[in-house]
Amino acid sequence: MRVLAAMSGGVDSAVAAARAVQAGHDVTGVHLALARNPQTYRTGARGCCTQEDSRDARRAADVLGIPFYVWDMADRFHADVVDDFVAEYAAGRTPNPCLRCNEKIKFAAVLDRAVALGFDAVVTGHHARLGPDGLLRRSVDEAKDQSYVLAVLTREQLDRSIFPLGDSTKAQVRQEAADRGLAVADKPDSHDICFIADGDTRGFLARRLGETPGDVVDASTGTVVGQHAGAYAYTVGQRRGLHLDRPAPDGRPRYVLSITPTTNTVTVGPAEALEVSTVRATRPVWTGGPRPGGPIECEVQLRAHGVVVPATVTVDAATLHADLRRPVRGVAAGQAIVAYRPDPAGDIVLAAATITD
Amino acid sequence: MAYLDHAATTPMLDRALEAYVATAREVGNASSLHASGRRARRRVEESRERVAAALGARPSEVIFTGGGTESDNLAVKGIFWARRDADAGRRRVICSAVEHHAVLDAVDWLCQHEGAEVGWLPADGVGRLHPDALRAELAAHGDRAALITAMWANNEVGTVQRVAELAAVAAEHGVPFHTDAIQAVGQVPVDFAASGVAALTVTGHKLGGPVGVGALVLARDVAAVPLLHGGGQERDVRSGTLDAAGIVAFAVAVEAAVKDQQEYAARVAALRDDLVQRVRRAVPEVVFNGDPTDRLPGNAHFSFPGCEGDALLLLLDAQGIACSTGSACSAGVAQPSHVLLAMGADDDRARSSLRFSLGHTSTAADVDALIAALPAAVDRARRAAALRTPR
Repeated sequence: MRVLAAMSGGVDSAVAAARAVQAGHDVTGVHLALARNPQTYRTGARGCCTQEDSRDARRAADVLGIPFYVWDMADRFHADVVDDFVAEYAAGRTPNPCLRCNEKIKFAAVLDRAVALGFDAVVTGHHARLGPDGLLRRSVDEAKDQSYVLAVLTREQLDRSIFPLGDSTKAQVRQEAADRGLAVADKPDSHDICFIADGDTRGFLARRLGETPGDVVDASTGTVVGQHAGAYAYTVGQRRGLHLDRPAPDGRPRYVLSITPTTNTVTVGPAEALEVSTVRATRPVWTGGPRPGGPIECEVQLRAHGVVVPATVTVDAATLHADLRRPVRGVAAGQAIVAYRPDPAGDIVLAAATITD
Repeated sequence: MAYLDHAATTPMLDRALEAYVATAREVGNASSLHASGRRARRRVEESRERVAAALGARPSEVIFTGGGTESDNLAVKGIFWARRDADAGRRRVICSAVEHHAVLDAVDWLCQHEGAEVGWLPADGVGRLHPDALRAELAAHGDRAALITAMWANNEVGTVQRVAELAAVAAEHGVPFHTDAIQAVGQVPVDFAASGVAALTVTGHKLGGPVGVGALVLARDVAAVPLLHGGGQERDVRSGTLDAAGIVAFAVAVEAAVKDQQEYAARVAALRDDLVQRVRRAVPEVVFNGDPTDRLPGNAHFSFPGCEGDALLLLLDAQGIACSTGSACSAGVAQPSHVLLAMGADDDRARSSLRFSLGHTSTAADVDALIAALPAAVDRARRAAALRTPR
């Protein structure tokens, strides 16, 4: 096959490209330039779009002996991921930009362009398994598993995707990179949100949305217990950084229960008020075989690296409804709910949808 | 494999390569006083004389450098500093809008850090500069002008400027005129003295010499403040141990390129004309950029409406055809060419451009390979570009 390897400059995508070459594919490497004003060098483990990353990716492609190009996706990334990220927070939801990037950029804009240019598939260094049966499964490396942020991919997108790393642990990938003479073998993993280089999400949002002071209200008493500089800066389940004037009457810690953009209010309360037993979600994508007619028993995950709980899930064309077997705290609108079927060969992604409430 | 990117770099001539290897085997620093040093010095000075003779300059006017970018920087910054030091009011750099980044970014740096101001010389739709525009600029700001810089021939669209006419206008106002002749030497007749310019940039690897060696031809009465300080090897304007092997090979290549220029230009222009005709036949809606007649013999530059140049490049590369989008890169991201924009092209047309450049090793088979691959590539690139969402 003629395949396009998306190469971030990190170790995973370099080894994924190497494995695609070894599998006999005709591989072309592409680095996605996503930042409008790329920094020259990486600082720490954040970001993935510096010129240094671009050079690392090119160097890996040269070692593999494959053509390499940089595709400028900065405008698309800004519109579909960064602006969306800001708008979601402004609407009181908590987006997952990595998931959105997969959905809109890597496996949409990039994949579509690749197909138009004559490529058969896109190869990435995501840690997830995608076998001949077409089912997306968790990586063997549970700590590095990225099936959650890939679960939004449709059947058509998965059919044109190759994830060569799903059967390997991160340690094995690093070792293989070293064995192959790839200089990125010991490059630190990237963390956090790539377009917020300093890691200060609240500051980033404040620069975009401006300061909009408002009240922090206690859910049980209805009294104002503090002030905030912008309700958008809070996430359901958040405890730190609330700066409340008055302690709760019972002295127990309080958490963000909800964000109401219309009144610019952040509502706080005790931990147990965070507990959720049913989840409603929209825009479901079902890729785990034929969609069942009725409710099914499975497991659900409600945020990246979050806990997994048994649930009964019902999916129709427009919505997904989950009854959780045990309550879960800190479920935020805007995050994805992903349903898995436990499987000895790797838990299978059945469906994903965006949590509404 | 069809190499259609000679304007980026062209293979070394066998003669130059042999001269390089022979000289590189010899030990000797041209600044040393002993026999080995004298031998190296002799090789360098003979080379200086050969370069000077080939380019219509005096040997003492040839300053060897580490290549085109250094020569351009030395000319632009060095002459600016010297003129400003002599007269603090002279801070205006008059610069053509279609310069290479080696000139453009040096000018920009002077504006950012040295209090320079810039007067742009506009280009017309084929990339040509006009003496009247320079005359008007000098009439308005001539008393503040530090220098003028305008290339001999454009690296992207191939338009050859009437440098002598521009230099004559500069001379009326006594303002030194620098020309970047990197793409011109060996392609069109270039005579330093006859052109009337004060400074001229030439580099080795565009004409069959090695990468990393070039010269600034600098008239004897024009002062330039050095960029590199040290041993003062080159007229106290440029320091650094002389690269005898590189300089010898460079001189061999310059001499050969200039001597063979007419015959070369006739042969390569015929190939290029064939390429242009066949590209037009294969893709009728193509736009041929640059001056249709007064252009570099090896240059063919097109806009392919509805395509992105970088997609076309990828597709042609996969078919073994090497060409260039001709535009500058920042982190490898293609920016729309400032040259095309200066010629009045919009963003889309600028981004849809490709340069095919022929050289001394080009054959009809290279053109055949391009024509065989191009229609399918254009078709695919169009489909890919159609996916782009409106911004």
